[in-house]
Amino acid sequence: MSLLHDEQTPIVSYVSGPVVKAEPGHLLSMNEMVEVGEERLVGEVIGLDGNTATIQVYEDTTGLRPGTKVFGQRMNLFVELGPGLIGQIFDGIQRPLDFLKEKWGDFIRRGKTVAALSREKVWEFVPALEPGVQIGPGMVLGTVKETEAIVHKVLAPPGCHGTLKVIAPKGRYTLEDVIAEVEGPSGRVEKIKMFHRWPVRVSRPYRKRFMPSVPLLTGQRVIDTFFPIAKGGTAAIPGGFGTGKTVTQHQLSKWADADIIIYIGCGERGNEMTGVLTDFPRLLDPRTKRPLIERTVLIANTSDMPVAAREASIYTGITMAEYFRDQGYDVALMADSTSRWAEALREISGRLEEMPAEEGFPAYLASRLAAFYERAGRVETLSGEKGSVSLIGAVSPPGGDFSEPVTMHTKRFVQCFWALDKELASARYFPAINYLESYSAYISAVSSWWEEKTSAEWKKLRDDAVEILQEDAKLQNIVKLLGEDALPDDQRMIIEGAKLIKNDFLQQSAFDPVDTYCQPIKQYYLLKVIMHFVDRMRDVVMARIPLFRAMNLPVVEKIHRAKYSIEGEEVEPFLKILEETDQQIEELLKRSREPENEA
Amino acid sequence: MKPETLRHDHDLQVEFVGLSRIQGPLVVIEGIRDVGFGERVEIVTSTGDTRQGRVLAISRQAAVVEVFHGTSGLDQERTRVRFLGRPFEIIVSKDEILGRIFSGLGMPLDGGPAPFQGEPRNVNGLPINPVARAYPEDFIQTGISTIDGMNTLVRGQKLPIFSGSGLPHNDLAMQIVRQARILSEETSFAIIFAAMGVRHDEAEAFRRNFEESGVLNNVAMFLNLADDPAVERLIAPRVALTAAEYLAFEEDMHVLVILTDMTNYCEALREVATSKGEVPSRKGYPGYLYSDLASIYERAGRIHGRKGSVTQIPILTMPDDDITHPIPDLTGYITEGQIVLDRELFRKGIYPPVNVLPSLSRLMSDGIGEGKTREDHRNISSQLYAAYAKSKQVERLASIVGEEDLSVVDKKYFAFSREFEKRFVHQGRDENRSISETLDLGWDLVMMLPESELVRVTPQEIEKYGKASHTRNQE
Repeated sequence: MSLLHDEQTPIVSYVSGPVVKAEPGHLLSMNEMVEVGEERLVGEVIGLDGNTATIQVYEDTTGLRPGTKVFGQRMNLFVELGPGLIGQIFDGIQRPLDFLKEKWGDFIRRGKTVAALSREKVWEFVPALEPGVQIGPGMVLGTVKETEAIVHKVLAPPGCHGTLKVIAPKGRYTLEDVIAEVEGPSGRVEKIKMFHRWPVRVSRPYRKRFMPSVPLLTGQRVIDTFFPIAKGGTAAIPGGFGTGKTVTQHQLSKWADADIIIYIGCGERGNEMTGVLTDFPRLLDPRTKRPLIERTVLIANTSDMPVAAREASIYTGITMAEYFRDQGYDVALMADSTSRWAEALREISGRLEEMPAEEGFPAYLASRLAAFYERAGRVETLSGEKGSVSLIGAVSPPGGDFSEPVTMHTKRFVQCFWALDKELASARYFPAINYLESYSAYISAVSSWWEEKTSAEWKKLRDDAVEILQEDAKLQNIVKLLGEDALPDDQRMIIEGAKLIKNDFLQQSAFDPVDTYCQPIKQYYLLKVIMHFVDRMRDVVMARIPLFRAMNLPVVEKIHRAKYSIEGEEVEPFLKILEETDQQIEELLKRSREPENEA
Repeated sequence: MKPETLRHDHDLQVEFVGLSRIQGPLVVIEGIRDVGFGERVEIVTSTGDTRQGRVLAISRQAAVVEVFHGTSGLDQERTRVRFLGRPFEIIVSKDEILGRIFSGLGMPLDGGPAPFQGEPRNVNGLPINPVARAYPEDFIQTGISTIDGMNTLVRGQKLPIFSGSGLPHNDLAMQIVRQARILSEETSFAIIFAAMGVRHDEAEAFRRNFEESGVLNNVAMFLNLADDPAVERLIAPRVALTAAEYLAFEEDMHVLVILTDMTNYCEALREVATSKGEVPSRKGYPGYLYSDLASIYERAGRIHGRKGSVTQIPILTMPDDDITHPIPDLTGYITEGQIVLDRELFRKGIYPPVNVLPSLSRLMSDGIGEGKTREDHRNISSQLYAAYAKSKQVERLASIVGEEDLSVVDKKYFAFSREFEKRFVHQGRDENRSISETLDLGWDLVMMLPESELVRVTPQEIEKYGKASHTRNQE
C-alpha cells in the first residue's frame, strides 16, 4: 500500500534556495502548481527534463530535505477572482496578508493558508439574467455591490457555455453558494459560484481591441499636459534611487481617473506599502469622494519576502486587472518596480544554471517584458462592454544608467516614457520628470479629448511650451559658460519664460493639499496664463524695455502663487490674471513711450 | 520510526566522516542522508577544533556546506561533519547581551558566559507583515543640522551613511549615538553595534565612545574584525539584528543599530558566490545582492501594538567614492534615503562633510511639521535645497567667468553657498543643535537672498521666521 503511494507521489531530490528538483517528473506537468512537504510550501513546475521536475518554490525552503513529498495540484498557478478583492492586500501569490497577520502574528511564516477570498463574508447578489438564456464565458450573471464605489459584476467562468437553467434570486450569499446552474450542450450541468479561478500566466480573452484615445488623467501636470498616457496605454517611469519613482507611482495611484487601481509593490520597501495602507483609507477619490481604498487592490511582495513570489506577483496583479477590465472598468496597474521582477527572473535563471545574456539576465527577459506590457489595452469585453487596463511600470536602473537591459527593453515596449532625473531631484524639483528626455506617443490620440474639454488651442499651447523649453535647454549651454546677463533680452525672454513653465507649471508638490491634484481645466488655464505672459513679454522686448521691468510686475507674483491659491475648477481667477497681465504690460508699454514723447 | 521525529532530539545529530571535495570556503560531503537545506553544520577538524557552517545546497547523495572560519587546515579523510538538524540560531536575553561583546557568530568575546536564557532564534528572522508595520513618523533629534533640518531621521527608519575611505563617517555615527539618545526620554533604549571586517582600532574607538558617553551598559557589540574569516561576515549582521528585533519587539526598547562596514559584507558575499561558481552580474557581485541586502535592511521598523523600534544606520564606504557602484546603488534602492559624505567638503575642513544635495530622507515629510518639529520645517528645508543647488551652479559659472562678472543676484548666491557650508553644514563634534536652532539658522541663511528668490516658502513664513532672523542678527 505504501509502495503504491510512493510511486504516485514525486519526492524532492535536490534543494538550492527556491529551486527544488523532484522525481519522478512524469507525474507532474509544466507550470503545474505544487505543494511541497507537510508544510505545503507553494511552488510551480518550471522545467521537466528526463525524469526530473524543476520546481520554483514561492516560500523559504530552509529545512527542506530530499525525500520530502511533492503534491501536484493538477492545475497551473492561478488566482481567485470574485467579490472580496477590493481593499485587500495580498502577497505575490495572493495570500491575504490581513489574514496571515491574524493567524501568525506580526511576521510572515510559510506554508499553506486559507483561500485568497473570504468564504465567510456574505454578499448581496442581484441577478442580471433570467433562466433560459444562452450564456458564454465572460457574460454578466449578476452584480454585487462590493464597495460604495464599485459594483462587482459576477462573470460566467471560462469554458462555460450553455443554457442558464437556474439563477439564484436576489439575496445574500457567500462565495461557497451556487448562484447559477448552466446546462452544457452535452447535457452536463455546471454549478457556478460567484468566483472562479484563472491561471495567472494566461491573458484573459476579449472580443476586440481599440486604439487608446481617452487620456488617463492623473492630475499631474507634467504627465497630463506634456506626456499624457491614454486609457489602455503603457508607460514606464525609470529613475535612479531618490528620484521620486515611488512618490510618482503613489501620486498616480491616488489620483488617476481609473475605476480600479491595482498597486503591486514588487520587491520594494515594507514601509512604503505601510504608507499606502495608512494613506489610502483616509484620502478621497476626487471624483467619487469615497476613500481611495474602496477602489484599490494592493499586492505586496516586499524585498525581504521570498524572491520567487516576487516573480509571480506581477502576473497575479495583471490577471486581477484583466478581470476588472472584463467587467467593463478602466483599470490602472502600477508595478513598482519591474526591475525587481527582472532581478527575480535573473536569480532563478542563475539557480537553474541557464546561459545568461546581458548582465546575467536570461535571454528571455525581453520577451517576458513584451508579453507583460502587451496585456495592457482598451478592449470590448466578452459581454460587449468597454474596459481598459493601463500599465505603468517603474524601472530602477542600476546607477541611474538608462542603457541597462531592463530599461532598454522596456523602452521598446511602452508608449510613454517618463524619465526621472537625478539633478532635478537633488534640487528638490518634483516631479523630477525630465521634460527633454521623456516622451509620449499618445499626444495626438488624446488631443481631441483635451480640445473638447478645454480649448481648441490646447495642442498649440502645449507645443509652444515644449518649444520654449527646448530653446531654453540650448541657451542654458551658453548660460553655463557666460551667465544669464550675457544674453540679449530676446533670448533672456526665453529663459524667463522657461523658468515660469518649470517652476509654476511643471513643478508640482505632492504634499500640498491643493497642488497635489490639478484638474484638466486648471492645467489648461495655468499654462495659458504663463504662455500669455510670455507672449506679452515679446511686446516688452520689442519696445526695448528692459526685461526685468516685466518680471517685476505684480502679476508675476500672482502667477507664481496660482497653482497653490486657485482651487478646484475655478476659472474666474485665471481670467483675472490674464486681464491684469494685459493691463500691466500695456501700462508698462505706455510709460516707456511717454518719456520719449515728453522729451 | 520516521527519521523526522528523531531530528528534533538534539542528542541524535547525524555525524559523517570525510569530505569529498574542498573548494574555497565550501566543502562537499557525500553519502549523507536526512539533511535539510540551510541547516547548521559543525565541522570538527582532525586536530579537534570545531568550525561552524551552513548547508547551501542538498541533493539525495551530497550536501554543499559553507564553512565559516574558512576551510584551511581541513583534510578530506579525517574531518568529521555534524549536521545539527536546525538552522543557524542564537539565544538572546536582555540581561545577558547588553553591555557585552560577542563575535560575529554570537560567541562571547569578553570572557563571560554564552547567553542561555530564552528560546533559540533563527538568525535569518522572518519578514515583517506589511499589514503589521506601523508607519515611522517619530522625529529623532540628532543635533546635526544637515540631518535634522534637511534629512530628518525618524524612528524605525533605515538611513545609511554613504562615505569614502578616510572620511569621518565613524565620527558622525558616534556623534549620532551620543546625541540622539537624549530625546528618548520615556522608554529605554539600546544600541546594537555590528562590525563587519573593520579594523581593530575602529571597533575600539566605538567601544570607547560608548564608554565615555556612559551608554556602555546599553550596548551589545558583535565584532567581526578585518582578520576574522570573511564568510563569518555574512552571519554577523543577522546575529546582531536578531538581537535588535528581540530587544525592540519583545523588550519594548528603542534600538539603534549601527552596521559597519556594509562594503566589507558585500565583498564577502561576492567571495563566497564566486567560489560557488555562480553566474555574476554587475562587477562580479551575485545577481541576488539586492535581495540579500534587503533581507538585512528590511529588518528595521515599528510594529503596531509594540512599543519598541529598530532604527538602522548602516555605514558603507563607496569604492572610489562612486555612488553608482553596485553596493551604494542597491543600498539606496532599499533604504529610506542616504546621508552622503563628500570628499571636497572634507578637504575644505568642514565637519560633518555631508553633501545635502545627493542626501535624502524618504520618511522626512511624515516626521516633520507642526506638532512634530515646526510648521515651517518642510518649506525652509526645500528652500535651502533649491538655494544650495542654485548656488552650486553659480559656483561653476564663477569658475569660468570669474566672481567679479556675476550678476548681483548670483553674487548673493555665491556668498550663500559659502556661508551655508561654513555655518549650517559645519558644526563641532560635540555641538548639539536643537531643531529650532537649526531651522533659525536656515532662515538666517536664506534671508541673504532677495525675497523674490524665495519661492519655496510662503510670504507669511518669511514674515514670521525670516524677519525674526533679521532681528536676531541685529541683536
